[in-house]
Amino acid sequence: MRAVEEVVQETPTVRTLAFTDAAMHAALPGQFAMVWAPGAGELPMSVMVHRGEGKAAFTVRRHGPASSGLFGTAVGGLIGVRGPYGNSFDVRRGRLLLVGGGTGMVPLMRLLSRAGGDDDVTVLIGARTAGEVFFEEAAGRPPGGSGSRAVEVSTEDGSRGRKGLVTAAAEEALGAGRFDAVYTCGPELMMLGVVRAATARGVFVQASLERVMKCGVGMCGSCCAGADIVCRDGTVFDGDHLLANPDFGRSYRNKAGAPEAYGDARGAPAPGAGIGSR
Amino acid sequence: MAPSLSTEVCPSLTIGAPTMLASGILGISADVFARVAEAGAGAVVTKSVSREPRDGYQNPTVTGVRGGGWLNAVGLSNPGAGSMAGMLAAAAGGRRGAPVIVSLVGSAGPEFEQMAGLFEEECGGAVAAYELNLSCPHVARVGLEVGDDPALVREVVRATKGATGAPVIAKVGLGSARYMDTVEAALAAGADAITAINTVRAMSIDVAAMRPVLSNGIGGLSGPPIRPIAVRCVYEIALQHGAPVIGCGGVSCWEDAVEFMLAGASAVQVGSAVAGAGWVGVFSEINAGVRRYMEDNGFSGVREVVGLAVQRR
Repeated sequence: MRAVEEVVQETPTVRTLAFTDAAMHAALPGQFAMVWAPGAGELPMSVMVHRGEGKAAFTVRRHGPASSGLFGTAVGGLIGVRGPYGNSFDVRRGRLLLVGGGTGMVPLMRLLSRAGGDDDVTVLIGARTAGEVFFEEAAGRPPGGSGSRAVEVSTEDGSRGRKGLVTAAAEEALGAGRFDAVYTCGPELMMLGVVRAATARGVFVQASLERVMKCGVGMCGSCCAGADIVCRDGTVFDGDHLLANPDFGRSYRNKAGAPEAYGDARGAPAPGAGIGSR
Repeated sequence: MAPSLSTEVCPSLTIGAPTMLASGILGISADVFARVAEAGAGAVVTKSVSREPRDGYQNPTVTGVRGGGWLNAVGLSNPGAGSMAGMLAAAAGGRRGAPVIVSLVGSAGPEFEQMAGLFEEECGGAVAAYELNLSCPHVARVGLEVGDDPALVREVVRATKGATGAPVIAKVGLGSARYMDTVEAALAAGADAITAINTVRAMSIDVAAMRPVLSNGIGGLSGPPIRPIAVRCVYEIALQHGAPVIGCGGVSCWEDAVEFMLAGASAVQVGSAVAGAGWVGVFSEINAGVRRYMEDNGFSGVREVVGLAVQRR
C-alpha cells in the first residue's frame, strides 16, 4: 500500500494524487497500474508523471464507485498499487503531435516528459467545456533545449480555445505542418479520427486503448479487442495495427464480456475505468 | 520418427496437443481462441457461460499472492450462452485452430439441458465437447455448490448428455464434500472425462488496509501452490476409476505437464501461467518440452506416458 502525499484539484471532478513508488516513478509513458481504493474498488490508471524523486501520481475523474473512492482519498490515505503493466509509447524524435481528450492527457504528459529538449511538440487538448480543461499550463512548459512546446485547447461548447472536437484541430494541424509522429489517448472515436487522419498522411501514429480490465496481466481476457489483449499487447498500438482490428472504434466488451457498439462521439460509452477516455 | 503430441482425451475426443486453455482464462472471444490455438493449445475451453449474462464481481477480482500463485473471484462474468453460441456460430465459417470446448455453469439439470441444446442448435458442429463447471468456489448456488451434491451432479450430467452427442467433461474441485463422490456421480451419470481440479477456496488479507483484498472476500487459489494437490487428485481418480482425466492446477512448464500425465492425465489445462513472462507462448514451450521428454525417453506418443506413475511407488 502507498500513502497519498499530495492531492491537486485539477477540475471540480478531476484530482491528481501523488505518492512515492520507485517502480511507478520509472514507469514508461503509456504504462498503467491497477489501483485499489480499499472499500471502494480497483481500477486501471495510467501512471501520471511527477517531478519529485521516486514519486508518481494518478489523475482520476470521479465517475463510478472505484474512481469516486480514489478521488475521495485524502492525504495520508492508503491506496494499493500493482504494476506497472502494459507496453509503452515509442517516443520518436523531431516534430511530435499529441492529441488528448479528458484524462487521456495523463499518458501524454508522461510521454511529454520523455520528449527531447530539442523536439518540437504540439499538444492538442480536448474537453467538453472550459472547466474540464487541465494540464494546459504543464503541457506548455518550455523544454530545456532548443525545441518548442505549443498547446491548443478545443472545447465542444467553445467556452475555451477553439470550438469543436479536438479531432478537427488534429486534422488541421496535420494538414498544415509536417510531423514525425502522432500520439493520442482519449475517447475511442476521437482516437479513431486521429489515427485515420495521421495514417492518411503517412505519419506514424500510436493510440492507447481503454477496455474493461480486471486482472491487468493477460489472464482474464476481459479487455480483448479483436485478437488483442489490451492489458498485455497494449495498451499502446500502432495506427495501422488498430485500423486492421475489427473492434477498434466500433465495439468494446462490457463487464459481462458481451460486445457493445460505440455510440456517436459525444455519447460514446466509457468501457473501463480511467486509463484514458474520461 | 518424432513422437506425436496428439492425445486422446476420451474415446470421442482426440486433440493435436496435450495442452488446453483452461476455462476462465482469455475465454470470451473467438479471435482470441484462434490466437491461443495458433500459439499451440490443443483445445480451448471457453469461460463458463450461464443462461443469462453475468457482470461478475467488482474489482479487485484478481490479486497476486505473496509467495506465489493467484487468487481470483471474478464472479463468473460471462456474456451468456446465447451470445457465446452466436459468436462461435459466426466464427465457425472461417474456422482456424483448435477444438473449442464450451464450459457451462448453472444450478440444475434443465439449465444445462437448455444451454447445451442451444449450442447444438446454433453451432453444434463447432463445439468439440462440453465441460461442466461443478467447481467454481466463489459463487452461490452454482459451481462447487452443485459439485458438492452428488444427486445434483448426476442430474446435471444426465441432462447435458441428453442434449448432445458431444463428449461431456465434468470439472471437479475441492468443496466441502468428498470430491471423489462428485467424480463417481459424474462418471455414473455418463460423463466422458473428468477435469481435476478447479481453483481452491482461499483468501488474502491486506495487512495495511486490514481487510480482504478481493471484493468478494473469498476467492479461488490458482497457480503453482495448488499443483501438488491437483496431481494428487488426478492420481487418485486414475487409480480408483481408470477414467479419462484432464489435469488442471498450476501447470507452468513442461515438467508440470509431464507430472500430470504420469499421474494419469491424458491432457493438461493451462491457466494462470499465461500471466507469466512467456504470455501465450507458454503453450508451445510446454508442447516442445513434452515432445523432447518423449524423445529422450523413447516414447512414441502421449498415451505411453499417461498413468505411468500410478501404482509405482
